[in-house]
Amino acid sequence: MNRLKTGEVNLGTSIMAVQFDKGVVIGADSRTTTGSYIANRVTDKLTHVHDRIYCCRSGSAADTQAVADMVHSHLQLYTQIHGAHPPVSSAAGIFQDICYDNKDALSAGIIVAGWDKEVGPSVYNIPLGGGLFRQPWAIGGSGSTYVYGYCDATYQEGWGRDETVEFVKNTLALAMARDGSSGGVIRMCVITEDGVERLFVPGDKLPTFWGGREVLSGPVKKSVEPTAMAIE
Amino acid sequence: MISHGLTRLSLRVRGKLTCILTTMTSIGTGYDLSASTYSPDGRIFQVEYANKAVENSGTAIGLRVKDGVVLAVEKLIHSKLLVPGANRRIQTVDRHIGMASAGLLADSRKISQLARDSGAQTRKQWKEPLTVKALSDTVSWNAQTYTLYSSVRPFGVSTIFGGVDKSGPSLYIVEPSGVCLGYHGAAVGKGRQLAKTELEKLKLSELSMREAVMEAARIIYLVHDDNKEKEFELEMTWVGVESNDLHLPVPADLLEEAKKKAKDALETFE
Amino acid sequence: MDHFPTNWGRPRNDAFDAYATYPIHQRPYNGPKDTFADGVQRTQQPIVTGTSVLAIKYKDGVMMAADNLASYGSLARFKDVQRLHQVGNYTVIGAGGDMSDFQYIQYILEELSIDEISAQDGHELGPIEIHEYMSQLMYARRSKMNPLWNSLLIGGFKDGKRFLSYVDLLGTTYSASTLATGYGAFIAQPLLRKAVEGREDVITEEEARKILEDSMRVLFYRDARSMNKFQIATISSAGVSISDSMQLETAWSFAENIRGYGAQTQ
Repeated sequence: MNRLKTGEVNLGTSIMAVQFDKGVVIGADSRTTTGSYIANRVTDKLTHVHDRIYCCRSGSAADTQAVADMVHSHLQLYTQIHGAHPPVSSAAGIFQDICYDNKDALSAGIIVAGWDKEVGPSVYNIPLGGGLFRQPWAIGGSGSTYVYGYCDATYQEGWGRDETVEFVKNTLALAMARDGSSGGVIRMCVITEDGVERLFVPGDKLPTFWGGREVLSGPVKKSVEPTAMAIE
Repeated sequence: MISHGLTRLSLRVRGKLTCILTTMTSIGTGYDLSASTYSPDGRIFQVEYANKAVENSGTAIGLRVKDGVVLAVEKLIHSKLLVPGANRRIQTVDRHIGMASAGLLADSRKISQLARDSGAQTRKQWKEPLTVKALSDTVSWNAQTYTLYSSVRPFGVSTIFGGVDKSGPSLYIVEPSGVCLGYHGAAVGKGRQLAKTELEKLKLSELSMREAVMEAARIIYLVHDDNKEKEFELEMTWVGVESNDLHLPVPADLLEEAKKKAKDALETFE
Repeated sequence: MDHFPTNWGRPRNDAFDAYATYPIHQRPYNGPKDTFADGVQRTQQPIVTGTSVLAIKYKDGVMMAADNLASYGSLARFKDVQRLHQVGNYTVIGAGGDMSDFQYIQYILEELSIDEISAQDGHELGPIEIHEYMSQLMYARRSKMNPLWNSLLIGGFKDGKRFLSYVDLLGTTYSASTLATGYGAFIAQPLLRKAVEGREDVITEEEARKILEDSMRVLFYRDARSMNKFQIATISSAGVSISDSMQLETAWSFAENIRGYGAQTQ
């Protein structure tokens, strides 16, 4: 189960969502690969499912697009029936239903985040088997395994918007720097009651961290003075 | 609408009279045999007959107050052989919603089944509890469907749905026609006219749930006609802060207190 | 790219788990393929998992414990997960195994509870009924070759009687005055038996709490998929209560003067 078919396009990804007092910040890298070939270097993995609810997709591109489309359709239905915007918990619940019921067929790791009237900002993580976990911050995709330590050490409750954006940007840059399956640009969204703001960090303007010499000493090269050839 | 000043007696006479005048004239013209046929003046007699079934039933009321909803029913006991408390007319739809009905009890059971299914469906699809409004909409949609076909008859019940959801306390009535309206105070069944006048006198949005229990009991005892009717049981439930937002029977001691006060108030009425 | 050294030097298949998203203990097999493998319906595997649940009977009822960890292979992925779940007014169900399946079980039991409440027939679901229901459900699912990948402990107190029983993904059930799932069945169960058996009617709440806490500590020392944050549920005539998360006190100072692995002294 959860295997990619030969040649399937994969979002070997770094994705993230963090809740703050007035909203959520979500972010993702932009690399899509087939094997080790980069099929798209400017992918948008931040997917709209409703006015104030987005998801970050990781796993199979085809699977996660199909699931996001289904959820988008359900949420439009909700809006029509109830005459009100759906809560983030409902959106996450629909994602979970689809991921859980089809766990044998899907490879999808999805983070759902957004703002609603009832609870304000919230972040939900739906990993491979179709479980549903609410978290103050969530990371996902292959790149995330390299930055759990950074997140645990850095995250603090009570941040405002700007600190949260910085945290997301730095985490993703670190993940992208270590994970061959992540890379490209950083895309971010700030979702609040007032709207959704898109942020963009180009691939040549990514935050950088330690990048010094990894080889500190090696065999000393003797410079050999050129000597003139003896001429008889 | 009937004005406040009228006495209990004149209300009843006037209610009866209008009913007789409106229905009697068209009986036997053939337009009342099927819900799928209008009369030439645009009425559906089967729906009106369904309302008659509701009017013959003991009164049911609902009060939407500050921090909850109280439902009360005058359950007429047609036989002394019945087990006390049997044939409940207030049913639980979901943890946080109850329904009280007037009319054919068998029909109301079908409606409660429908309502519970709707609750389960909502939790499954949206992972959230049903709202009273959404529930009433669903039930009214179904009730309306039963006014369209010759092969079925409309539901012989008016149902009061009461509960507490994310929008706070709410109260709706669904009628046999499929009409669905929200209320501060609701009354259906035999004594609804008098009950409504009594409800209108109350400042419902300022009452506490405990005060509402007292008022509800008083109204049910007031509208019950000792001379014509057999005995009755007072059924009463509530949803709100007092019950931790669960639809539960009003505690026995509080119910007894309310009954006693209601009987006392009856002595001094008029 | 294969990030797992254990796979290096073995037949490689990039189309299969190219990004090594598998939990480590379930490495994909990259060797020669069985031609008919794709045609065979396989049961799923657990992905996000919880480890042991412990429970004992004591004087006033039943006490149960489980930690707050949901692992993703060897990654301690979710560290604030509640694995003890109250059902109705008399029962607690504790789960090890796949957490998405456990969430499904919680949903099913919620529906069952609401059906029971709205029936208003004077009957309430107790631990015996819930255990019977779960055993039927688990067995039905394994018979469809699609098990709910859990081992469950169901404990409760109703009508003056304690109840404690086990069900797992195969529908196997058994009852005892001490029970443990997962690693706990190997490590904690002997400790629990020694502390509890024959003393079920004597052990006080404080004593019971200590027995479970001591066992949870040993599990934390020896189970690599456990954590030192846990909850305790008590079910007695007073009803159900599930504690807030607690931190385990652990001892490490004895290790400070250990040197080497044999003759080494400094």
